[in-house]
Amino acid sequence: RWKPRLLECEIPASNPKSLQISKPKKVNLRPHFLLLKFAFLPGFKYPVAKTGLPLWMLGLDADRLRADLNRLLAFLFHLGILDEQYLQLQQLQDESSPNFVSEVVNIYFHESEKLLRNLRSLLMDRDFSDYDKMGIHLNQFIGSSSSIGAKRVRNVCVAFRAASDQNNRAGCLRALELLEHEYCILKNKLHELFQIEQQRLLAAGVRYPMLN
Amino acid sequence: MTMEEKLGGSNGEDGGRDRFPIGMRVLAVDDDPICLKVLENLLRKCQYHVTTTNQAITALKMLRENRNRYDLVISDVNMPDMDGFKLLELVGLEMDLPVIMLSAHSDTKLVMKGITHGACDYLLKPVRIEELKNIWQHVVRKKKPDSKDQINASNQDKSRGGTGETGPTSSSSDQKVSKKRKDQSEDEDEEGDDNGHEDPSTQKKSRVVWSVELHRKFVSAVNQLGLEKAVPKKILDLMNVDGLTRENVASHLQKYRLYLKRLSSVATQQANMVAALGSKDPSYLRMGSLDGFGDFRTLTGPGRISSASLSSYQPGGLFGRLNSSAALSLRGISSGVIQSGHSQTLNNPINGFGKIQPAVVPANQNQNGTLFQGIPTSINQLSQNKPTNHFGEFNRCNDPNAFGVATNFQDARVMVGGSSNTLPVSSGNPLLLQSNTQQTQHSGGAFGNQPSSLGVTSLNQEPFDMNVRGSSNFLDHGRCSENWQSAVQLSSFPSNALSASETFSHEQLPSNNLQESISWTSSHLSGSPLDLSSSMANPANLEDSRGNISQVGLNNNVIQNIDYTTKQQWGDSRHDYNGNMNNSFSRGDSLVPASGPMMDQSNVISDKMNDVSLFSQFSGDSTYVVPHLDGEKSAFDTKSRSNDDFLFETKPQNGFNQNSFEPLENIMMSMIKSDQNNETPLMDGEFGFDAYSLGSCI
Repeated sequence: RWKPRLLECEIPASNPKSLQISKPKKVNLRPHFLLLKFAFLPGFKYPVAKTGLPLWMLGLDADRLRADLNRLLAFLFHLGILDEQYLQLQQLQDESSPNFVSEVVNIYFHESEKLLRNLRSLLMDRDFSDYDKMGIHLNQFIGSSSSIGAKRVRNVCVAFRAASDQNNRAGCLRALELLEHEYCILKNKLHELFQIEQQRLLAAGVRYPMLN
Repeated sequence: MTMEEKLGGSNGEDGGRDRFPIGMRVLAVDDDPICLKVLENLLRKCQYHVTTTNQAITALKMLRENRNRYDLVISDVNMPDMDGFKLLELVGLEMDLPVIMLSAHSDTKLVMKGITHGACDYLLKPVRIEELKNIWQHVVRKKKPDSKDQINASNQDKSRGGTGETGPTSSSSDQKVSKKRKDQSEDEDEEGDDNGHEDPSTQKKSRVVWSVELHRKFVSAVNQLGLEKAVPKKILDLMNVDGLTRENVASHLQKYRLYLKRLSSVATQQANMVAALGSKDPSYLRMGSLDGFGDFRTLTGPGRISSASLSSYQPGGLFGRLNSSAALSLRGISSGVIQSGHSQTLNNPINGFGKIQPAVVPANQNQNGTLFQGIPTSINQLSQNKPTNHFGEFNRCNDPNAFGVATNFQDARVMVGGSSNTLPVSSGNPLLLQSNTQQTQHSGGAFGNQPSSLGVTSLNQEPFDMNVRGSSNFLDHGRCSENWQSAVQLSSFPSNALSASETFSHEQLPSNNLQESISWTSSHLSGSPLDLSSSMANPANLEDSRGNISQVGLNNNVIQNIDYTTKQQWGDSRHDYNGNMNNSFSRGDSLVPASGPMMDQSNVISDKMNDVSLFSQFSGDSTYVVPHLDGEKSAFDTKSRSNDDFLFETKPQNGFNQNSFEPLENIMMSMIKSDQNNETPLMDGEFGFDAYSLGSCI
């Protein structure tokens, strides 16, 4: 029975452009190198089957994805959408709680959407006068956003709270609009992060046995 | 490891010291699931032993079950089922555990509250791991004094009793007590050295858990004895519980007293808050309004007179009014009344047309401020940012303004008639004032002499655009100059209010008419003087003769003001506004007319209705918060129908109004300047007034 012989050709992450095919340890794999050359794609870590078919399509490009992830994170920090607290969350993720970040963030989405709905229904109410209640919601929103590291959302919430403290309904409405907007941005970006992370995990998790 | 070490460490201060922070048992309470989860993981990362719950009641239950199971409690401040501070207190009282507060709100008051309630620390969200790494210090700190409890048991009695009521925080009081203990122990040391030193290490005092039952017994004992007389020894005897030492009772009593004190202070605080609530609003409003309005607010000018009228306003009432007026938005006048800053409602301006923003009278307030507030609002529309201060000040102008207005009116008419008087009004508005005064001097009665009046009118004619400006000048002038000058300014105002004069002229074109109009006005004025005087609450400012004149002037002013305001208002509200304006004017501030006229001139002429309302206002409508347009109009009508026609012919010139905002400012400025220049205020005024009355006699 034919079993595909896979060679892992790694392009070092530091220098993705240059294709350096590490020589397989086993000499008898050498003949396959020729095939590899044709299957070259820079920046990818790709296993190559005996037949020469690049298996990078399998998603074994964890490095690339990690780079993408870092790039996106840096971008979000730069924009102020996230801050160091998010990094702390990442540090809390370890073997004992492998999905910590995504769990927390999912809870956050759930709670935040609830809060946003409450806030909007409060403000849309024509006879609205209970600013204290709004303040309570906002306090929770501020607390959870800051625990996540959602800096921009948190700042908008703080401004919202200030407007609420002054019983400024128009200001509150404006702040709510802005808050919903910022929240959407955050959610989209976090989703993107998670997708990349997921792909990376998949890619990194795939292990192809070196078959002889 | 953890349990024993914990106990050993806490009691012996040695034992598991090295490993103490590790395995410290923390109870975390927070209703926000995200924060709770993050906190839990952070604490785990610090190698603490964590128990979490999202309900304060559950936390209390767990703590009461076995107090010894936990070393530290971290609790959020805002929780739905129980206030975080309350939980803090209960835990401190019953279990004597260190509690750390957690909140997203960094308000100083909350932090203070936390400390006074006995919190060991107050953390802000997001909690960082560095902060959590240090929280074990609170556990140690709490444990330390206890370990010294054993020392100097006998000596503690006196000190204990004395230190029943100590500092705000239990920890500080503990420290004080422990300090005392130390002092006493020092005394003791000489006698019982070994005991003192060895006690902590040898004695393993098991901590007393103040269960609910125990606490109840304690409380009943205290109540039996009377809070003041409750002494630890007696309480201990009453409680009759085994294993309870006097020290335990003493420390518990201390905490209990703090707790009660806190309760009472909270109650009083709340009472104060409630009491202060009413007063708070106005100030709040005031602030709001001040911001919102900007300049026109100050329109509430007629300072002097208004003082009387103002006194009638209660801020609270005004506030209420303000709200309603705000709602109306058109009721600028009402807002004007609100001077006290209820303008807040007004602040939200009404971007609608003609929203009259209450001219919030500046804090330093013109006495008459309120009255004219209405006016400014209309103006505000146009130029919200325009400083209405001028106007306000204008309002202040008492009689003089009124007078001035009246004269202006007349003058305008005269001018229309083509009178050839060349009023010395040399320089725009300010000149008007001056010229006016001069005129009055000459003629001994502005109205009496056509020429003089003409002069005035000529002045008036000047800058049509200047009207607004003039009015502004007036306003300023009014402010600056006391009665007379302001009056003068008013006269100049008409000239400024080109529109007003224009309209005026339209109607009055024929010189005959002028005469008539003049007489009419004068008669009207004289007719209205009563009203004015009534409306003008400041008889003091005006002498009788003057009063009439001022009244007349007032009318004019009012009219003018109204007009102005109407002008300011775009569209519909105008009429209402005028009414309001009138209201504000009639408040009895002579000043109002002064300021009013400036603005109103254009308005007045243009807006008949306004006029009516204005006059009606004068008829002594003191509360003009709410535009009583209808009623007033009728009143007005009866009074001076002719005036209406005369004054309010043309439609308010919206365009003008809008522009007038700016020019108004200029006018005001110039007016102020002229004011300052004019040094003949009172005398002239008086003179003029007399003349005026003469004229009215015509």
